[in-house]
Amino acid sequence: MEGEVRVIEHATCTFCGCVCDDIDLTVEGNRITKAKNACVLGKAWFFEYPTAESRPEAMIGGSPSTVGEGIEEAARILTSARYPVVYGLSDTTVEAQRVAVEIADLIGGCLDTTTSVCHGPSGIAFQGVGEATCSLGEIKNRADMVIFWGGNPAESHPRHFTKYSVMPKGMFVPNGRKDRYVVLVDVRKTPSARAADLFIQVKPRKDFELLWALRALVKGIEVDHGIEAETGVSLATLRALVERMKRAKFGVFLFGMGLSMTRGKHYNAAAILALARDLNQYTRFVAKPMRGHGNVTGADNVVAWATGYPFGVSFGRGYPRFNPGEFTTVDLLARGEADAALIISADPVANFPQSAIEHLKRIPTIVLDPQASETAKIARVAFTTAIYGINVAGTVYRMDDVPIRLRPALSSRYPSDEEVLKGIARRVRELRREALSA
Amino acid sequence: MLKIVNGKVYDPANGVDGQIKVIAVKEGRIVPEGELDATARTLDARGMIVLPGAVDMHSHIAGPKVNSARKMRPEDHRRAEPVKRTVVTRSGVMGSNPSTFATGYTYARLGYTTVFDAAVPPLGARHAHEELHDTPLIDKGFFVLMGNNEFILRCVRAGEAEKTRHFAAWLLGAAKGYAIKLVNPGGVEAWKAGGRNVSSIDEAVPGFGVTPRQVISELAQAAMDLGLPHPVHIHANNLGLAGNWETTLQTMKALEGRRAHLAHVQFHSYGGEPGGRLSSRVAELVEYVNGHDSISVDVGQVVFGETTSLTGDGPLGYYLHGVTGRKWFNADVEMEAGCGIVPIRYRGRSHVHTTQWAIGLEWLLLMNDPWRIALSTDHPNGGSFTAYPYVIRLLMDREFRREAIRGVNPKAIASTQLPELDREYSLNEIAIITRAAPARLLGMKRKGHLGPGADADITIYDLDADWEKTFATPKIVIKAGHVIVEDGEIRRDMQGRTLYVEPEYDRSIEPEIRKWFADFYTIEFENYAVDMDYLPHAERVAVSGG
Repeated sequence: MEGEVRVIEHATCTFCGCVCDDIDLTVEGNRITKAKNACVLGKAWFFEYPTAESRPEAMIGGSPSTVGEGIEEAARILTSARYPVVYGLSDTTVEAQRVAVEIADLIGGCLDTTTSVCHGPSGIAFQGVGEATCSLGEIKNRADMVIFWGGNPAESHPRHFTKYSVMPKGMFVPNGRKDRYVVLVDVRKTPSARAADLFIQVKPRKDFELLWALRALVKGIEVDHGIEAETGVSLATLRALVERMKRAKFGVFLFGMGLSMTRGKHYNAAAILALARDLNQYTRFVAKPMRGHGNVTGADNVVAWATGYPFGVSFGRGYPRFNPGEFTTVDLLARGEADAALIISADPVANFPQSAIEHLKRIPTIVLDPQASETAKIARVAFTTAIYGINVAGTVYRMDDVPIRLRPALSSRYPSDEEVLKGIARRVRELRREALSA
Repeated sequence: MLKIVNGKVYDPANGVDGQIKVIAVKEGRIVPEGELDATARTLDARGMIVLPGAVDMHSHIAGPKVNSARKMRPEDHRRAEPVKRTVVTRSGVMGSNPSTFATGYTYARLGYTTVFDAAVPPLGARHAHEELHDTPLIDKGFFVLMGNNEFILRCVRAGEAEKTRHFAAWLLGAAKGYAIKLVNPGGVEAWKAGGRNVSSIDEAVPGFGVTPRQVISELAQAAMDLGLPHPVHIHANNLGLAGNWETTLQTMKALEGRRAHLAHVQFHSYGGEPGGRLSSRVAELVEYVNGHDSISVDVGQVVFGETTSLTGDGPLGYYLHGVTGRKWFNADVEMEAGCGIVPIRYRGRSHVHTTQWAIGLEWLLLMNDPWRIALSTDHPNGGSFTAYPYVIRLLMDREFRREAIRGVNPKAIASTQLPELDREYSLNEIAIITRAAPARLLGMKRKGHLGPGADADITIYDLDADWEKTFATPKIVIKAGHVIVEDGEIRRDMQGRTLYVEPEYDRSIEPEIRKWFADFYTIEFENYAVDMDYLPHAERVAVSGG
């Protein structure tokens, strides 16, 4: 109602992987006017998301249609496809993700999430060496040494410092920032360096070499002074860092896509996971990837519990198989392989390589997105869906795999991703049954 | 309505031991035959045996640790036979950590209709419920990790038994769990705080000044005072370590007559010197348990082959990583718990693994009272639940067991009592350790038996000369009155129920819990409790006191 003021306490921001659940939203009429505790990204998320409800709820071939007609066309495309791909899923609820996985299973398609273009290599590294990790509260309560590597959380995860990793007072670090030694390792001095006691500038594409040298030093293996020419970091700096790491009571590496998406990819991620693991011979040390999208961690979890694998899955033979590079969306599109695509809350046309985009434009595509994304613009069927966390309730997994409940502030005239996907799943089942009995 | 006729019925809870008997089913329950009318479908079980649906009281099937194991081990799924999509079922993968759908189907195909996950950190309870929602056919629930909860450690130090009890009650309700679980009480906190462990139940927990003994007795008492259907469920300290039998005995004695369940007792029955070879000390422990009705156990039987060690016992995970040299996952959970995952392969040639294998069987063959011992592999820690038919054959078929003994490490096996044990389990006893006993120990009045009022969860087996074959492929499995499996094939996909408790507690402790959350957690108190949307098919199990 116009003029009515409501406050939704303990609301959850789904913009980044921090998934802060302590936001108090003030709603006036049909707008959010205050977002107490939210960071600049969170405020932008709550205030600037499209509230103009002018887009049609569904479009087929660029013409407005009903949701029902869109579902019918989507189901027809997916059941007649021989090599469909289901992709995206990092900015929607677990409830919607589960239905998307079911659809991929029903149609025998490929199932992949935006993990494959961000921390997919970290997932592969995890499969190689394992991972010593913890929930974010362990960092808050215990960490006296925090090392950020290949990321710029000051700008990508603005509240990580204050809520979880640098500033907060915790049970065993009662003085907060004063009890912690903070390090940033990156190829350039980003705004995050201001939060660090020590900034180490590594030469671009030399992260693996630097990590491997640290592993050697931790194990007492000699490293020669040539390491400086190789990585840009002096041996003395590395030795001092290793001493400090061994002296720490509880240390943590928080690593970004500067590791997972640069030269070396999963080798880099494996190196930092192995370094954290090795340090447990001396003290407690853990590592965590800084996951980006609000619910990309949920996507990993749902895909893993339903299929056994975290991303890059094919149901083509009637059961899940995993092969990054083969069943990951960028790769299969670039090879011109898929013949239909269902894309949920992701915008591959805005960030995939040209060869993949070219193929995506050639095949019938179904897109669910609250916005008129670049991918929605080329879709055969485009659904406008309600925004998770703002309009839609459900569950989101924080970057540390902690599931958190959403408290939506506003209603929407658009259906949720889950509702549209359930409609598609229902219709796909019916069409398959008809085909079987025919 | 359903009428099962001509079958030999094994229903030990009701004293039925192989008699031919009609089992009548109406509206999902067992009813007296007279309540059926002429429309009832008749199932002729001539030549077959009819048992209650089996109950696995200690397994690991859902939640953050299981899903981490799935993610970490693609090679384990890839080696296993795939679970293909059918007209009625979803696809999935097997291996030691099957996907959720495959877990539900596979348990059901083995005649299991109720399964409990034994270790969920409350912070991951929502996750566990979401996975259980995607685990079809079986009824399910989980135990809530409390033995290293820092709020509880503080209460115990302060001697605040009442507050401990109220907090435990609140936590069970918030997590929608079923029982109080201790995992290496105090030892996980020592690991989180500095990479250490506690070496006995009387060693103080760093930073908290309490001993495991105090935590064990306080939470055992709390479970009893709350009238929970299942007593405190204990994974004792020093799991897997040579010489740990003394810790196990001390743990049982520390209970001072309070009811408790000791989990996967096989892993806790080792003699030998720390760091040296294991030997079996089952005899001493069985003698104690035989003489103390308040204590029950499940076995944690080891099965040779590849599996995954997956535990809430963080220091144990690191220890096994050191022993095996294989990849290692560790996750410390704020204020509450830990987790360790390591792939492991049990080898018949190995002295240690043979000893472990024999110890599990010794427990099963030496316990006088089958009502206080449940069959488990501590899936997947000792081996997959899919090995239950093999373990049952080892128990029922002496010759098969002797053959198996010839294939293991001869020195190790000679140091155990197993070669001299001639006991063979009867079908009635198998029905007890796989159905009636775990259901009774869990306090589930409508499970594990076939008397009027029981849930119509029924497994019908065609008899084969080979007990393993008999139990591997039931002829028919009925869940809540519906035929869900026939000749090993899933006939119907449906949702089982989630069983949980929500005991009353004194609401005046809430402000203190709120402050605790504000000070130390990273999630809001208000967003912590799991609400009922996550349990669309739920049954709240009553508590008897509190």
